[in-house]
Amino acid sequence: MAGAVTASAGRRRPAAIPPSAGRLLRTAALALGAAVAVPLAVLFSVWAAPQTEVWEHLAATVLPGLVRNTLVLLAGVGAGTLLLGGGLAWLTARCDFPGRRWLDVGLMLPLALPAYVLAFVVQGTLDAAGPLQSALRAHFGPAAPGFEVRGTGWVVAILTLAFYPYVYLLARQAFLALGRGTLEAARLLGLGPWGTFFRVALPAARPAIVAGLSLALMETLADFGAVSVLGYDTFTTAIYKAWFGLFNLPAAAQLASLLLLFVALALFGERRLRGRARFHETARGAPPPRLRLTGARGWAAAAAAFAVVAAGFVVPTAQLVHWAWATASAELDARYLSLLWRTLLLGGSAALVTVAGALVVSLARRQFADAPTRAAVGLAALGYALPGSVLAVGVMMCFAAVDNGLNALWQMAGGQRLGPVLGGSIAALLLAYLVRFLAVAAGPTGSALERLRPSTVEAARSLGARGADLLRRVYFPLLRPGLLTAALLVLIEVMKEMPATLLLRPFGWDTLAVRVFEFTSEGDWRRAALPAVTLVLAGLPPVAWLARRTTAHADGD
Amino acid sequence: MPDTLLKLDDIACRYDALLAVDGVSLALRRGEIGCLLGPSGCGKTTVLRVVAGFEPLARGAVRLEGREIATPAGGLPPDQRGVGMVFQDYALFPHLRAVENVAFGLREGSRRDRRRTAAALLDLVGLGGMAERYPHELSGGQQQRVALARALAPRPRLVLFDEPFSNLDVDLRERLGLDVRRLLKAQGIAAVFVTHDQHEAFLLGDRIGVMREGRLLQWDSAFALYHQPADRFVADFVGQGRLVPGLLRAPDTVETPLGLIRGNVAYHWAPGSRVDLLLRPDDVVPDPAGPVEGEVVARAFKGAETLYTLRLADGTEVLCEVPSRLDHPVGASLRVRADVDHLIAFPH
Amino acid sequence: MFPAPVRRLALLLACALVLPTAAHAAEVVVYSARVEPLIKPLFDAYTKETGVDVRFATDKEGPLLARLQAEGENTQADVLLTVDAGNLWQAAEAGVLRPVDSAVLRANVPAQLRDPGDRWFGLAIRARALVYSPERVKPDELVSYEDLASPKWKGRLCLRTSKKVYNQSLVAMMIARLGEAKAEEIVKGWVANLATEPLASDNQVIEAIDAGKCDVGVVNTYYFGRLLEEKPGLKVRLAWPDKVGPGVHVNISGAGVTRHAKHPAEAQQLLEWLSSPKAQGLFASLNLEFPVNPAVPADPKVTAWGPYKADPANVADAGRLQKQAVMLMDRAGYR
Repeated sequence: MAGAVTASAGRRRPAAIPPSAGRLLRTAALALGAAVAVPLAVLFSVWAAPQTEVWEHLAATVLPGLVRNTLVLLAGVGAGTLLLGGGLAWLTARCDFPGRRWLDVGLMLPLALPAYVLAFVVQGTLDAAGPLQSALRAHFGPAAPGFEVRGTGWVVAILTLAFYPYVYLLARQAFLALGRGTLEAARLLGLGPWGTFFRVALPAARPAIVAGLSLALMETLADFGAVSVLGYDTFTTAIYKAWFGLFNLPAAAQLASLLLLFVALALFGERRLRGRARFHETARGAPPPRLRLTGARGWAAAAAAFAVVAAGFVVPTAQLVHWAWATASAELDARYLSLLWRTLLLGGSAALVTVAGALVVSLARRQFADAPTRAAVGLAALGYALPGSVLAVGVMMCFAAVDNGLNALWQMAGGQRLGPVLGGSIAALLLAYLVRFLAVAAGPTGSALERLRPSTVEAARSLGARGADLLRRVYFPLLRPGLLTAALLVLIEVMKEMPATLLLRPFGWDTLAVRVFEFTSEGDWRRAALPAVTLVLAGLPPVAWLARRTTAHADGD
Repeated sequence: MPDTLLKLDDIACRYDALLAVDGVSLALRRGEIGCLLGPSGCGKTTVLRVVAGFEPLARGAVRLEGREIATPAGGLPPDQRGVGMVFQDYALFPHLRAVENVAFGLREGSRRDRRRTAAALLDLVGLGGMAERYPHELSGGQQQRVALARALAPRPRLVLFDEPFSNLDVDLRERLGLDVRRLLKAQGIAAVFVTHDQHEAFLLGDRIGVMREGRLLQWDSAFALYHQPADRFVADFVGQGRLVPGLLRAPDTVETPLGLIRGNVAYHWAPGSRVDLLLRPDDVVPDPAGPVEGEVVARAFKGAETLYTLRLADGTEVLCEVPSRLDHPVGASLRVRADVDHLIAFPH
Repeated sequence: MFPAPVRRLALLLACALVLPTAAHAAEVVVYSARVEPLIKPLFDAYTKETGVDVRFATDKEGPLLARLQAEGENTQADVLLTVDAGNLWQAAEAGVLRPVDSAVLRANVPAQLRDPGDRWFGLAIRARALVYSPERVKPDELVSYEDLASPKWKGRLCLRTSKKVYNQSLVAMMIARLGEAKAEEIVKGWVANLATEPLASDNQVIEAIDAGKCDVGVVNTYYFGRLLEEKPGLKVRLAWPDKVGPGVHVNISGAGVTRHAKHPAEAQQLLEWLSSPKAQGLFASLNLEFPVNPAVPADPKVTAWGPYKADPANVADAGRLQKQAVMLMDRAGYR
């Protein structure tokens, strides 16, 4: 008897799908895993020739300090994004205070501002040579107290401001999805508002918060732009030192593969810790009432949220606009239209491709539990943790190898040299974006899929729907909110992306981020303001849409 | 049988190492309504899902109108079986209005035709005014009706119901159940219901199967299940009653604490062998001249009747149904006699 | 799984995405680490004059070199244009450049500014000069890079991070001239004199002096020139560290023809044109650099800083000793 009970009630089985579709799905997932795995394998293959000299040198000189810096940074940004992202998400999702609706959207806006741009704006504004300290000196003389925008505190603060929206976005959705029943039960069991938050809401939102946090931490690990603007050396610095300073790409790849290993272990560990518990809850009935913060508490909440929006978006953007104004008359021309168009086109196509890939991966994870599929699904998340240039080179090497193979085959067959086929094509660039941003799209896609009840799909099948029809009529409309969130996130990420775009874009395919690079690489931050501000403004509609849509969805559910 | 619609041949289903369904065989005729009854986890839902095509078979075969639709090697995909299903959670499409839900499985005709057909079906289930509502704007009973209309829309030969009324209150359950039965019968559509509620099974099913631990113990009419249960479990699970120890005196006569009981069934065990006799509440009737006296140890008021649990002098307990105008408090004594047509005995 | 029209469309799209762009009749393809604003005006002028199209892709040196190596024979690039002799030397070492036998280039580019093996040629000179606060430093106190290690500059020096190739080349040239031990001693002296942790850019060095955080720093001249254009009130001056020793460390922006160039003749033509008097003026003044061609006068903004004595050593040494320099700076604690 017991056996039978376990069998039918213990495991929630995914909706059955026809074997042919299953094979196709599994093949697609394995192919995607391979698409990510091959560039990574290229990186790992360098271990065949360990670069002992470089290793010994780095270990004896800078590496210990860099590792320490990196861990400090991870801890700081982790704590910061958790506090800002998680705390503000609770405030806007479950409380009510003056200006909440505006701040709710506003808190998402820093997503449109690339971390390296935020870094150079903050530094340009607040550092010794910036307007603030110059004014102080002009007023009080050279003895005026000054400070430098660098060091651990500043780096943590700036990266926290740049990356907290990932935690905010996902935690907020989880908090909004909390059922009235759960929260009311907690109150009846004697928990106050704080107790409810820490003992019920926070654990329930844990997968979402962890997903957001891991995105933020992977960005932190991979970041090179912001930390180098702020003169803070991390493990990524060692990678670039080995590559650009010691001209040892294999050593750089070896360092990068260590970074990956670290991330893979961390992700694996989190998954193990979470165990088999399911956290998801389908909210039924009316959403729970918000906790009304009145009087001083309400204004304090509003002030806290506004301070974050101001520091993370309003002030830096205003400064950018101010700088851009000075160069706009000379620089702003018709080319900006084509830069904008290409940025959006690449971002949009990449969003489509990546979300499709994430859907395949999530479906496969739901459907199959065999080791190869699990490995492919796990691998697919790792591309996000690599420094952009390193990943871009890995991808580029793969394309070059394929091209060389194709050319050799073609010439053996008596043909003329083909030249690059994949290299420098839009397909190659899109594939690189896919590899890099699959992890970003997988989160919202996966949780949307989890909300889809198997019986819904079965009902559709028993009514004769299958294949594309099933996708179009059931999967797509029901997953649309999650897929849209994923697509918007990828769009924003791709718009900000720089190294892969630089290395793999077809001739003449400059984007706004490339334009930013053209100036910043020469240290010309202020002239970079115009493309940067265009980039930020172009990113605003998708971010605002994202914010509005996720709120509307949760309120109308 | 030429008019057999559905036939399960010794089917088995495996979850990992466990057999959730083991050796189930049954047949359902055209237009007939079957019910699978059993405690939760007995495998009844799995049987339903096998017929729908959502679970693979480990053994056996499923035939629909003589055509093999499932074997361990595979089978017809669910979307090609022409079998409707009503899910326990209704599984309505939340993004579609009621009428669009119903029209989902319709393929023929123009969009307008399909909508008209769907609206007609909604009228049929009494939801004519609700066509434009979304599922979350409907009550549980209304959602259930939409799910039913949706399953009927493609004119399936067979509709499967997975605990369709379990989320509804008792009152609604009975009314809706009868409505559904009438509708199915009127359209000549066969159905299999899965339920753990015997009352519901008796209400709905032409044939009822009792399942336990993956096995089908009996597949029979309600009458036969009640009066000729195949084993102790069925006897116990279906209807009420108590097993009373006795000695077989003749093939149709058992000696019990209530005296000699004679029925119209013959058991060819050795005379004098020990048996357990099933006594239903209606087998024990109050009679001031009855041979035995019992003490009332519990009573349950059921409206027209009151069900008494009586303890006899030797400690044996029996159930007795008495018109409720005769009131006996707990502790009172009551004289009774046995009045049995169908003798139901199991070897001790 | 998908209906046929969708499949056909997908196939069509796939073809469109990977089809190589049609080759032009007369064109040169350039991989450039020099950014677009600094090269496009030149290429436009070249196309106008010769009718030859110049297509280019910009990126950092490292990725471009990796790309050339990976693409091998199938590369589209005819020319690699990059900044700093170190990068050119590495490219030549990696075997992605080919020797060019050109009398024009030999005549236009002085010997110490090109590869002894003729695989790359300098096209513009960048000088690494000193900047100082005229309020706190007298110009004649500034004599050489080595002097910045002396205790009198304690707490007064600002340097850019050692991760930038300009400083790596500077130290490499010191190793070439003075030997590793002496160079390390000097770098340690610099580190001991730092007023603040190394800065992220040359601009920040200049701004730090202006803000009074330090008194003297080392920067490339064009950064100073550009910043001065932007902020004419800057309280910072430029000085040449050529009073003692071999003279000012100069480096180059330069280019070479790739080994697997599909248009080697056009590529050589482009390089020759870039070294010619009519291009040199534009090339150098776009970035406030100095022309390599001795026949071409520098931009007036640049000549305003006065004449200087340049280190005559061949800049190829910067590449040869770059790795050693990086390791030396790591050991000396120069971040």
